[in-house]
Amino acid sequence: MKGAEALLRALEREGVEVVFGHPGGAIMPVYDALYDSRIRHILVRHEQGGVHAATAYARASGRVGVVMATSGPGALNLVTGLADALMDSTPLVAITGNVPRALIGTDAFQEADVTGVTMPITKHNYLVQDVNDLPRVVREAFHIAATGRPGPVLIDIPKDVQLAEFTGSFEVVPDLPGYKPTTKGHPKQIERALDALEKAERPVLMVGGGAQHAHGELLAFAERTGLPVITTLMGLGAFPGNHPLWLGMPGMHGTVAANRALHHADVILAVGLRFDDRVTGKVARFAPHAHTIIHVDIDPAEIGKLVRTHVPIVGDSRLVLREMLKGAKPLRLAAWWRELEEWRTRHPLRWRPKPHLQSQEVIRAFHEATGGRAIVTTGVGQHQMFAAQFFPVTRPRSFLTSGGLGTMGVGLPFAIGAKVARPEELVIDFDGDGSFQMTLQELATLVKYRLDVKVVILNNGYLGMVRQWQDLFHARRYSEVYLADSNPDFAKLAEAYGVQGVKVERKEDLMRGVEAVLAASGPVVAEFKVYQEEGVFPMIPAGGAAEDMIIEHPAEREEVGA
Amino acid sequence: MRHIISVLVQDHPRVLNRITGLFARRGFNLESLAVGTTHVPGLSRISLVVSGDDRTLEQVEKQLNRLIEVLKVTDHAEPHVERELCLVKVHVAGVEERLAVKDIQEAFRARVVDVAQRSLILELTGDSGKIDSFLEALRPYGILEVMRTGAVAMSRGERTLKVREKREAV
Repeated sequence: MKGAEALLRALEREGVEVVFGHPGGAIMPVYDALYDSRIRHILVRHEQGGVHAATAYARASGRVGVVMATSGPGALNLVTGLADALMDSTPLVAITGNVPRALIGTDAFQEADVTGVTMPITKHNYLVQDVNDLPRVVREAFHIAATGRPGPVLIDIPKDVQLAEFTGSFEVVPDLPGYKPTTKGHPKQIERALDALEKAERPVLMVGGGAQHAHGELLAFAERTGLPVITTLMGLGAFPGNHPLWLGMPGMHGTVAANRALHHADVILAVGLRFDDRVTGKVARFAPHAHTIIHVDIDPAEIGKLVRTHVPIVGDSRLVLREMLKGAKPLRLAAWWRELEEWRTRHPLRWRPKPHLQSQEVIRAFHEATGGRAIVTTGVGQHQMFAAQFFPVTRPRSFLTSGGLGTMGVGLPFAIGAKVARPEELVIDFDGDGSFQMTLQELATLVKYRLDVKVVILNNGYLGMVRQWQDLFHARRYSEVYLADSNPDFAKLAEAYGVQGVKVERKEDLMRGVEAVLAASGPVVAEFKVYQEEGVFPMIPAGGAAEDMIIEHPAEREEVGA
Repeated sequence: MRHIISVLVQDHPRVLNRITGLFARRGFNLESLAVGTTHVPGLSRISLVVSGDDRTLEQVEKQLNRLIEVLKVTDHAEPHVERELCLVKVHVAGVEERLAVKDIQEAFRARVVDVAQRSLILELTGDSGKIDSFLEALRPYGILEVMRTGAVAMSRGERTLKVREKREAV
């Protein structure tokens, strides 16, 4: 057996069913072995599409995503996706070919120091020097990727190692003496946390992406205690977006209720999140009344990294919540809820209607038409925030977006990965005209595998989020953000790929467009030409605090002090 | 504040790269780094001299611990022995200087490890402060070359950085 076959055997032993990738010279032995393997391969048109698809596959399914690429340029095209997966704690294994061992370090054709390049953007990486190490390395890589704080692991395999005769064993003993994630929370700290919550007058339960797998425990804990719940962008869906205890998303484009709740909270229970600056704003002014911050996270390095924590609980959010549930009591929060209710009803998410078609109403229309039952993916920009605001998801693993890295172009490949992982689900990619054009070649992948994905492009003819910042903070000097003069006809573009195209330009055609998208039997690219000058509000300016929240454009300004 | 940290690692290729890369990427201030093998095959020990406030140091330790190949991290706050090795090549013009340098050598209990017509190589071990003063004392004679290893440290008494080797099938 050759190394390449041993690799695939090892992947099969990990239960891998699908691999995304793109072949090339230095990984050809693996692709040759793939020809006879039961592992399904999804051929993408660019490695970046592959790594994003594998990321979404992982996030939609809860399993480890796998992507393959050749050496040098192929492997380097994974860089953005690996960084994205690291930032959003996604379990991923990337397998790359490399030049033969004898050529490593000689600037050989298609050679790049991929383990060196990816060191800061992977949880761990390997350069396999001995063919007999392959099963151990694969076992370790999957274990590292999926346990503790999940993350991407890269395995770089020289071509001659792929071709070498394998004489080793698949019964492997991992060699990871330095890797022992703590999963069970410390009972004393859990006790302290419950105690603090019991004494709290204005407590808040704040949930991040690290609690997607703990949705059941979370719901039980919130319902038992009656705590108000807010979910970060990465936490959307971990708690049902239609639940009366839910206040929405906090942070830069969060709801008034969620941000005010944090601002006035005396005790914050933060679960599976890392206090990103888009959530906290200026850290020194974050949650100024919170005398107790309880932080539950599996990664000890996240605790105290940005925000001072009073009760640190290192552990798996699911196990910790399960323990907390044992001691949880209904809390007396009637007065607090009166305040929260007031903020929620006075400042719901809304938009000021214009004669033109608007992104928010498009998203809202899809939400109503689907009853919110869809897996939503997004690109990055205004449309992403509108989707987060106006398409509240009710189930975990149903809102797939690039949180930490803010990677434009993930929408379509994320939708591909999600559809491959959960083919029975309706998958909608809300995309921007800017974002979509970063990876649009993956339309070919949709066609090749007949993946029924609905791409909804909210075309405002601008890099809308940049334009919004220029509008508010750069004296409306719209430097290099105008796209409308050179955008393609998206419907025609889709048709060129053999994908059904839909175009909606007027408000009155909105419902017809939504129905056309949802009624189509296969993939669709629908372009909705939306109001160009729209802004995402509420907004807390970068580096600001909850008190600086603006809920409407300054021209129509209504500021909401916390 | 200055801290000396010992790190026990698996001596895989690039593990040093991971550690220095971590310091560079996160903006931690690394003053010196010394590495060597241990009595356990496959394990190396690294001594790092780092400066920063308590919060930074806490992050340094936690981020080091996140590295898969790092087994243990200790910030030597407790009583410990700290040593650095220094080789210094000093210019000696004539007999008078030679004698003066010899006085300094004796005062610091340094050793002469190479003698040439117009230069000497001296070897000194000690903590960083002692080496600093030694070099200061030699400076007037003309230092030609200095090589310092960076500090290494070990806790006093029973405390060790030992790990039990245990492998479990995963």
